[in-house]
Amino acid sequence: MHRRLACVFLILPLGACQGWQSALDTHGPAASALEALFWTFLSVLGFVWVLTMGAVALSLRRRRPEGEDPLVTNPRRESRMGWTISGAVALTVVTVLTLTGLSYASQKHLFEKRDDVLTIKVTGHQWWWQVDYEDSQADKRFTTANEIHIPVGEPVLLKLESSDVIHSFWVPSLTGKMDLIPGRQNTLQIQADREGSYRGQCAEFCGWQHAHMGMLIVARPKAEFDGWRDNQIRDATAPQTDERKRGEQIFFSKPCVMCHQVRGTSAGGKVAPDLTHVGSRQYIAAGTLPTTRGNIAAWIVDPQSIKPGAQMPVIKIEPDELDPLVSYLEGLK
Amino acid sequence: MSDVLATHEPVAPIGRKSEAYAPVNPRELRDNQIDGPELTTRLAKTWGTAPGLLGALSTVDHKIIGRRYITTAFMFLFLGGLSAVFMRLQLARPENGLMGPDLYNQLFTMHGTTMMFLFGVPIGEALAVYLVPLMVGTRNIAFPRLNAFSYYVYLFGGLMIWIAFMLNIGADTGWFSYVPLSGPEYSPGKRVDFWAQMITFTELSGLAVAVEIVVTVLKQRAPGMTLDRIPLFVWAVFVNSFVIIFALPAVMIASTMLILDRLVGTHFFNPAEGGDALLYQHMFWFFGHPEVYIIFLPATGFVSAIVTTFARRQAFGYLPLVLSLIATGFLSFGLWVHHMFTVGLPQLGASFFTASSMLIAIPNGIQIFCWIATLWDGRPVVKTPLLFVLGFFFIFVAGGLSGIMLASVPIDTQVHDTYFVVAHFHYVLIGGNVFPLLGAIYYWFPKFTGRMMSERLGKWNFWLAFIGFNMAFFPMHITGLMGMPRRVYTYQAEMGWGTLNLVSTVGALILFTSFVLFLINVITSLRHGMMAGPNPWESGTLEWAAASPPHPQNFDRIPVVTNREPLWAERSAIPVATGLSVDNRELIVSTVTEARADLREASPEPSLWPFIAAVATAVAFIGSIFTPWAVLWGGSAVGIALIGWFWPKGAKEDES
Repeated sequence: MHRRLACVFLILPLGACQGWQSALDTHGPAASALEALFWTFLSVLGFVWVLTMGAVALSLRRRRPEGEDPLVTNPRRESRMGWTISGAVALTVVTVLTLTGLSYASQKHLFEKRDDVLTIKVTGHQWWWQVDYEDSQADKRFTTANEIHIPVGEPVLLKLESSDVIHSFWVPSLTGKMDLIPGRQNTLQIQADREGSYRGQCAEFCGWQHAHMGMLIVARPKAEFDGWRDNQIRDATAPQTDERKRGEQIFFSKPCVMCHQVRGTSAGGKVAPDLTHVGSRQYIAAGTLPTTRGNIAAWIVDPQSIKPGAQMPVIKIEPDELDPLVSYLEGLK
Repeated sequence: MSDVLATHEPVAPIGRKSEAYAPVNPRELRDNQIDGPELTTRLAKTWGTAPGLLGALSTVDHKIIGRRYITTAFMFLFLGGLSAVFMRLQLARPENGLMGPDLYNQLFTMHGTTMMFLFGVPIGEALAVYLVPLMVGTRNIAFPRLNAFSYYVYLFGGLMIWIAFMLNIGADTGWFSYVPLSGPEYSPGKRVDFWAQMITFTELSGLAVAVEIVVTVLKQRAPGMTLDRIPLFVWAVFVNSFVIIFALPAVMIASTMLILDRLVGTHFFNPAEGGDALLYQHMFWFFGHPEVYIIFLPATGFVSAIVTTFARRQAFGYLPLVLSLIATGFLSFGLWVHHMFTVGLPQLGASFFTASSMLIAIPNGIQIFCWIATLWDGRPVVKTPLLFVLGFFFIFVAGGLSGIMLASVPIDTQVHDTYFVVAHFHYVLIGGNVFPLLGAIYYWFPKFTGRMMSERLGKWNFWLAFIGFNMAFFPMHITGLMGMPRRVYTYQAEMGWGTLNLVSTVGALILFTSFVLFLINVITSLRHGMMAGPNPWESGTLEWAAASPPHPQNFDRIPVVTNREPLWAERSAIPVATGLSVDNRELIVSTVTEARADLREASPEPSLWPFIAAVATAVAFIGSIFTPWAVLWGGSAVGIALIGWFWPKGAKEDES
């Protein structure tokens, strides 16, 4: 309600505050605290702006008689203006100090981190996100890409790294952004309070496909999350139908395996997204296309017109090879 | 010298000639020996520029070079604006196919680079080059040949990067060119090298002009212009010059290290070899934040000049205004980390920069309050220049306040690198620089050209700019909060940013139209504008005592200053100091604080060497992009040009 009112106050277009990638449509404690801080700042500073503009408007009245020497000043009026300005400056100081204090308090709270929680390493690549779930037990670790599942209501620690240039991890509905810098590791704690899918996007310019480096955070209840994790840990299931078997053959006869990994098979490339469970993900090409048969086919046939400059090359595919290949990939759930 | 200050009569020759400490040569004609039109003509001949191409290339007249600087900077403003229009067209709707990432990335790089390096820094210096010598009452800027050199270097640097863009090898890593993206591995080819060398060109010229202005202000003020009588505009560009001198070397070093990484194989920024990507960011922003104030400070000078003239009252709070300028200059060096709040710095360190970033609101607030007080106690006449200043209040204050939001680390983590930031800094930069600048052009155009600009077109110009600006940039606050990052060449329809982006595009087109209108106004006023006379606005500062446009010598006799607003204090005639040579270029060197006339100093004659040196410098810089050997043979060429430039002048200046 508070948020809606503020939107109307700002005369924003209807529904502007909503959105699955909006800093004003928050679903986690950090983002909510940030939003509250934002509105506090906005109201204080908006008030200051209105006051200043009022003073400017009033100052345009001509108080000086026509033809008066511009060097002449009225000492009483000078001293009155001097005191007024001193007062305004004092108020500015108080305002600035208050806001600094508020900001610092919120910052301390916001960046508190726990290290006994689910930890995920996110590595930025041009132009996709590698996601490694960490665990003390080796057989519970697994790798996926561009889609991060987390349990609702629990803090999750992200370790942020980059393999090439600087990227920035930003899911506005959950928390503020943090850069992924080659040669360094940053950490960021996220938490979702409601079930749902929250979109994020790279926020540091990283080259040609900076615009198409999206990701999805999927928050679900603990039990569902555990189920999802158990499935992700498993190797890819062997194809059952003839068409999928043929698709697998095609996949292994093409250069796909040079870059992509499908766990449980001999495809062991590590420079491109892990495809072991690609069919279970909602999007392909880093949040660019919904995972449908048509989109998978389009992406295989012509990635360069969907994401010009992307590292995925155009690979020669015979027309009758496409359907089985798509079936194979789509079936990697 | 005190009697010189007190009298209205031409007085005995001033001071000594500096080099020889010789007595005045009795045979040399002095400006107290002749009068009237004869004096004007003879001085104009002494200080004039020869006709023809050779004359044009060897001129050292600060007004001619200043005019070129201003025109060139405006040319780049238009190019930068045009690139923004193309970007806005691409973003007008989701998944637009007008251009791909290659062109788009080049466009936003050229837009930012042009606006910051080829327009933002030079425009303040350009107006200073023209106006400071007139406002402090001297005949030419200090180091006039260096001034000519700096202009050519700036021009060549700007042309280089734009020609590279036209050839489709424009830089495409943003105006900040963060490593490793701009490093050899992720940006092969020559694109980033052009960008890095462009920095070297423009910063070299920027530093040169800053030095000239510092010396002109400290040593060439008219007798009587004590520190507390210096016009506020001159204070602004004076402080600005110091900021330039301390800030620009950081980025020159950063871009040089980048180019060494790229061309020579050093590893300053390569983490794999022990380099550090963040080092670049620190060096870049140690320059980059003062840069914002380098763009803003001269504009405070425009505002002070315009407010004082059109409020018909001397500035309220001269001392606080000057101290605020100095405080802003100092504080601007303590804020750079607020551009890096999301790189993962220690929290306590980051929050120090929150405090310092917010603190700078205080000197800026003081300035705004003093201007409002001046208007309050004045009799404001809302002509076009003041209209633009009122637009400045509206826009700049909003931008400054959203800046306070960005100073907060937590809020910044949400809005950093989004369209919210794009909105914020356009409010600050267009509001804080371009609006006062347009006002300043309307204000000083009669001085530059002798003709007035059209008020009618001026009002249209203002309202279109004001409406177009707010329509283009206000919605960006919201698109940013809705999650739209900067520097994306397109976005998906389901993100819901389409409508707001379309509004921004329409606003940008209106804003661009207002600039076309401005251009039309300039061109038609040049030919058909009303004749202005020396002081059309009845202003109080010295430049309005010179003819419009000023004669080559600026003033027939050097004025003596008795008040902060000399033309308001001395309504009948300005007192003058006399005794300078008529046939040789001489000007008065005065003492630093009290501006007592101290020496008669020779001012350099026109010379072609600065131009030749600039060409040699350009060849060396551009050549070094292609072969390291260019440093060697290019450097030799520059050396030869400098030997020519500094060759002992012979008898003429040493005689007497």
